[in-house]
Amino acid sequence: MTAPHPPYLSPGYRSTILRAPSQPPVPFRADPDTIELTSPVFGHEEVGELDADLTRGHAGEPIGERIIVTGRVLDDTGRPLRGTLLELWQANSAGRYAHDLDRHPAPLDPNFTGAGRCLTDDEGRYRFVSVKPGAYPWRNHPNAWRPAHLHFSVFGTAFTQRLVTQMYFPGDPLIPFDPVMQSIPDAAARERLVSSFSLDVTEPEWALGYTFDIVLGRTPVENP
Amino acid sequence: MTITPSQTVGPFFAHALPYPHDWELVPPGHPGAITLEGRVLDGAGDPVPDALLELWLGRTGDRGALRRGDGGVSGFGRCATAPDGTYRFRTAPPAGPYLSLQIFARGLLRSVLTRVYLADVPDPLLDGLDPARRATLLATPLDTRSGDAYQFDVRLQGEGETVFLDF
Repeated sequence: MTAPHPPYLSPGYRSTILRAPSQPPVPFRADPDTIELTSPVFGHEEVGELDADLTRGHAGEPIGERIIVTGRVLDDTGRPLRGTLLELWQANSAGRYAHDLDRHPAPLDPNFTGAGRCLTDDEGRYRFVSVKPGAYPWRNHPNAWRPAHLHFSVFGTAFTQRLVTQMYFPGDPLIPFDPVMQSIPDAAARERLVSSFSLDVTEPEWALGYTFDIVLGRTPVENP
Repeated sequence: MTITPSQTVGPFFAHALPYPHDWELVPPGHPGAITLEGRVLDGAGDPVPDALLELWLGRTGDRGALRRGDGGVSGFGRCATAPDGTYRFRTAPPAGPYLSLQIFARGLLRSVLTRVYLADVPDPLLDGLDPARRATLLATPLDTRSGDAYQFDVRLQGEGETVFLDF
């Protein structure tokens, strides 16, 4: 079950050294009363129509390459997960987060906060409009730069399916040098974090389209 | 189908995931409310100032999971740690002896999942642990007169390391 995930200790990513648990997680067979088999349910009244469009909600247009990111959220049997909350956060097109502690001397964009929410439809599909984030330096090692990426937070139907991950862009030359991405041991699993460019999703004269599907882990009750 | 790999939340989740009153699963003065507070610590015993904790009661409650209006109970809450590594929740008591807690942070390539037991009771999980490890899942009552406040520290690594779970 843990196979596609990175190990907790991945020394190339320096912050894991003092934060990775030294003991493996205790395997536990859930009984039907364990609360981890359930998950919070989010309603449309909590997620506004505009929350999935990160280019709106400000006085003007953000600077950058406009993108559409869409895909499906599925469980590991391929079933679409409808009504699933996705949260997205990212740097702006210059590679800077709208966060007090981000000290990268790239410009902040007054028209871009970089956070959005969306619920999947009946087919498990989501769709965000945003701008492509820039790469940015971090102090993990000399000349360390994160590839452009979107952070995704996803809820499934069980608290144990909860996933935070990152989506990368195809052809990014920084990916092979990135200790966060390379912490995933399996090359095929890494590839699943790279979105696909899609001309079908691309809208003429307006935005480039990318597709990215997310598959959540099994629920213990279904596969004991 | 093959599961999508996990990645760290990084240090800059705090302009996206927190929402107003996210740590208050019940409003002030809610009957029977309990407070859960503590610190998140790393392998050197230093506070983790950029962790995000999620608390789940196992039931949705009578208001939205993200909505924080007047009254009602949410089954889900979030709290980002302060610069000194502290967090705090105000919640309704769980139906059983424990709450489910999930921790995200820079340096955690996967979240860690644990349980906060409010009482040391016979329990299928607790009973399978050696006594020292069992103790890491037990919250400490902070006010024995009313029993309405508990402390629970999360140690990510090393001595006293919290028991994390894999289902």
